[in-house]
Amino acid sequence: MKEQLKNILAQALEVINAATSREELENARVKYLGKKGELTAILRGMGTLSAEERPIVGQLANEVRAELEKAIDDASVKLAEAALEQQLKAEKVDVTIPGKEVSVGHRHPMYIALDEIKEIFIGMGFTVLDGPEIEFAELNFDRLNADEGHPSRDWSDTFYFDKDSKVMLRSQTSPMQVRAMDTMELPIRIVAPGRVYRKDEVDATHSPMFHQVEGMVIDKGVTMADLKGTLNTVVEQLYGKGTKTRFRPHHFPFTEPSCEMDVQCHKCGGVGCPTCKGEGWIELLGAGMIHPRVLEMAGIDTNVYSGWAFGIGLERTAMRRFKIADLRLIFENDVRFLEQF
Amino acid sequence: MNLSRKWLNEFVKVTASDKEFAEAMTLSGSKVEVTVDTGAEITNVVVGKVLTMKRHENSDHMWVCMVDVGEGEPTQIVTGAQNVKEGDLVPVALHKSTLPGGIKIEKGKLRGEVSNGMLCSFKELGLDQRDFPAAFEDGIWILSDDSELDVKVGQDIREAVGLDDHVVEFEITPNRPDCLSVIGLAREAAATFDTELTLHTPVVKGGAEGSLSDLLTVETSDPELCPRYSARMVRNVKIGPSPKWMRERLRAMGVRPINNIVDITNYVMLEYGQPMHAFDYRYVKGGKIIVRRAAEGEELTTLDGNVRKLNADHLVIADKDRAVGLAGIMGGLNSEIVEDTVDVVFESACFDGTCIRKGALSLGMRTEASAKFEKGLDPMNTLPAVDRACELVEMLDAGEVLDGTIDIINFTPSITVLKLEPEKINGLLGTDLDMATMQNILTKVGFGVEGDAVAVPSWRSDVLRMADLAEEVARFYGYNNIPCTLMRGQTTKGGYNPEQQLENRLGTLCRSCGYDEIITYSFISPSYYDKIRWAEDDKRRASFKILNPLGEDTSIMRTTVLPSMLEILTRNYNYRNKNVKLYEIGRIYLAGNGDGLANEAKILSMGAYGDDMDFFALKGHIQALLEDIRADEISYEPCTDNPSYHPGRCANVYAKGECIGVLGQIHPLVARNYGVDGELYCAELSFDKLMSVKGADPEYVPLPKFPSLTRDIAVVCDEAVTVGELEKVIKKASKGLLKDVKLFDIYRGKGIDDGKKSVAFNLVLRADDRSLTGEEADKALSNILTSLADELGAVLRG
Repeated sequence: MKEQLKNILAQALEVINAATSREELENARVKYLGKKGELTAILRGMGTLSAEERPIVGQLANEVRAELEKAIDDASVKLAEAALEQQLKAEKVDVTIPGKEVSVGHRHPMYIALDEIKEIFIGMGFTVLDGPEIEFAELNFDRLNADEGHPSRDWSDTFYFDKDSKVMLRSQTSPMQVRAMDTMELPIRIVAPGRVYRKDEVDATHSPMFHQVEGMVIDKGVTMADLKGTLNTVVEQLYGKGTKTRFRPHHFPFTEPSCEMDVQCHKCGGVGCPTCKGEGWIELLGAGMIHPRVLEMAGIDTNVYSGWAFGIGLERTAMRRFKIADLRLIFENDVRFLEQF
Repeated sequence: MNLSRKWLNEFVKVTASDKEFAEAMTLSGSKVEVTVDTGAEITNVVVGKVLTMKRHENSDHMWVCMVDVGEGEPTQIVTGAQNVKEGDLVPVALHKSTLPGGIKIEKGKLRGEVSNGMLCSFKELGLDQRDFPAAFEDGIWILSDDSELDVKVGQDIREAVGLDDHVVEFEITPNRPDCLSVIGLAREAAATFDTELTLHTPVVKGGAEGSLSDLLTVETSDPELCPRYSARMVRNVKIGPSPKWMRERLRAMGVRPINNIVDITNYVMLEYGQPMHAFDYRYVKGGKIIVRRAAEGEELTTLDGNVRKLNADHLVIADKDRAVGLAGIMGGLNSEIVEDTVDVVFESACFDGTCIRKGALSLGMRTEASAKFEKGLDPMNTLPAVDRACELVEMLDAGEVLDGTIDIINFTPSITVLKLEPEKINGLLGTDLDMATMQNILTKVGFGVEGDAVAVPSWRSDVLRMADLAEEVARFYGYNNIPCTLMRGQTTKGGYNPEQQLENRLGTLCRSCGYDEIITYSFISPSYYDKIRWAEDDKRRASFKILNPLGEDTSIMRTTVLPSMLEILTRNYNYRNKNVKLYEIGRIYLAGNGDGLANEAKILSMGAYGDDMDFFALKGHIQALLEDIRADEISYEPCTDNPSYHPGRCANVYAKGECIGVLGQIHPLVARNYGVDGELYCAELSFDKLMSVKGADPEYVPLPKFPSLTRDIAVVCDEAVTVGELEKVIKKASKGLLKDVKLFDIYRGKGIDDGKKSVAFNLVLRADDRSLTGEEADKALSNILTSLADELGAVLRG
């Protein structure tokens, strides 16, 4: 009988392990473990055994049953896994098919450049100011030390709304300096971005409307060294750490000393190339210590307070930042252009 | 301003390379734009001597020349010119040489004869007759015929004829008219390179026959427009070409040589920065010069041959009868220096800058002289300049100078003396320079320094106070030597104000709905109001009008953003860009509060077209936007009378009862005005209104504890009944149990009578304090249905 059990076990395991479907497995279970199964039949014949043999064979039979049940369970799991694998294979997708389109709009490149500048200054405690574009000539010129007779006041340069040249389209964001001085408590740290207007025909580098950001600090003991240090920090954030800059003397009516700030040409690294017109440097912005007369006109005591200011053209900054070759693209608003940013 | 480095070297010896020179000058404040080597285009051209000439065997006009070019064996060159003789010294472009205009010369054969180069004319070297008046115009330049030239065989032609100068082009800032001169720049260069400046005081021998005061008087009838008028006279002039060295310098500075007298005036203007004028004394009638305003309508033919109509804003130089020159701008043709001029008046004057600038501008004739005058010149410069001119006359043997000078002074000469306060300058610059360093710098640039008293030189009228001195110190100490420090002091709170935050948020929302940001011009053409079908008498047409616009298209400030948006949509449409969505937060310019300025209102402008656009797509975007900024009590009312929009597909948007804007399909007639035959969708929302209806920060509402029940209903009603009305009634009738109502279908057709529609809603019902029973829900539903039937005649669909 022991022999018989061992044979059944071997036979059954062979059948179970060879099963390739749930049906075959079920058939095997019925054949060996079912009520009319072979193992069951043997157990029924146990009565013929001696009392000594009975428990031994009984135990063996139970072991065989357990082993077969386990084998069936294992085979069943394996089959299920295989079936799932099959199913997943069948569900395969072509991952190179494009995803469902979600169109997200694009920020205008000029505003991307502006955002970068604003964020840097906000991080340094600057307030962002907005102001009118239709402005008093007094604020755009007189209060900025550009008296009657200054060439930029000519009708060939500036747009006017009245015969007396009193109301104009601001030609710079600098009148925001005056507005800030007139309305804000000291110390002042502001940036004022916005549209400005000059009588230039449209071409690859000119537009009668463009954008600037004005920046200004007024506090006790502000120095030109502060101007340099702050603007260098800004430029490093805009163009990367280690960006080389230089300051050149220049002239603006409302700053003294005045300067222009250059960055080393990114194309040639300073040796000179067509991008920088052979100079090795690219002009970035104008700046300077606020002219004492401008502070005095705003009623600020120049013995106690001093300040610095800068102005930067945004279109040019964006054009440099994104290597845009023609200013007209900025105002053309072709989505094939806009959606590159 | 151009500067010949050869000329500069007469005053200050600077040996720096062009690059070093440009960099150093730029960093001390005289920005160099570019440096031009005057003979840069000419290479491998030398002086050659024609040894022998024989007729070309295969040509009746060509010559085969053997030319000594200083390299041992003579070289053979074929020329077609007929003016060359054996023994002549001529320019020879050798094999592999270059000439102006990108011309390259290589050896070759001319009708079988080898030619190792080319004999050149002066034109081929980029020169003209004015540069070398003695040269033969049509033919080879015979250098040996020009007594002014001293050339050697084999010599580089650039050196031989003076094309070896380097000309530096400066961008001079308007506060430094003194630097519009060789001497001014020499002063800057001497200070920049810390080298000695050698200036020259003109010495005039004089002694011509006659008395200046008998011959000439000057009257200035508008003294404030002519602070100084200096003049001298030269008699018995011999008009002819000026010498080579003078022509060479004028040429290097971009001025065409004319004749010795005119060249002298130009030379002095370049050297001293003082514009000069020379009159033919014959035509100064009555021997009297009057500086006066022009009479209204007075005419003068200027040297360029144009007749100028003048008015009282123009200043003229006149004799007793008529104008003979336009002061500070250009001389008159009637007193021009000509071949037979005998006596000459040299004028060296100082005119009011603004008067000259405006005069030149109104006549459209900005000249080298007016460009200098308009910046305000040093009145102390007129005398040295006129003396220099006379000295040059004597040097060139061009005439006899009369003793004496007429000098009308209409200003009070004064010297600005400033106190040098190093601690204040250091305080402004952030430097730590001592008194001696500052004194040294100021002395170098011409300031008179005695202890702490600094006398400002007359040519530096831009220096008025401490800050100006600080700039001088900084320029020569070096801007780049000033340390870099960060800001100190009281901290300030930076950041965006609530308006700016909303603006940023609205932009983000538009982009998340797929809209690209655009930037449009603020000015438009008045005709654009026609294009968007605004009535002729529409009050919104009242715009700020630019009195001096660039053109009609940019002549008024827009009172609506619609034309700007439509223009950009159209452009993209014409470019065949598909599915375009655009937005801009732009300003419109409305009548202000009476102070003369505008009310610059911001408008959120949205525009779109494409497969995915219809009225409800646009409305969906606006709903999303308003929901995000938590605007409450929003409603959309049909708007049939906006002339720019489709009368059946346009809505005004209301929040808390106030109209905040409009959205809809652009009127097909407007679209047609823009040449678009498709559907365009636009929205215009007032930024200020959005700001005022923007909701407060949200407060947490507990999540529902009890389950909700949903019910779907479909009601049949007249076409005229709107979904909005149905929703309103549903909400009102639900007694607070209704938590949400969503339209999910509108059906017309089979089973529904004509003129009717079936509208289906999904309703969500919930009580906050208990689980709602089915009966309660059904009861609420039946209330709703009763109200719908009673109020709108909408009955449950059978």
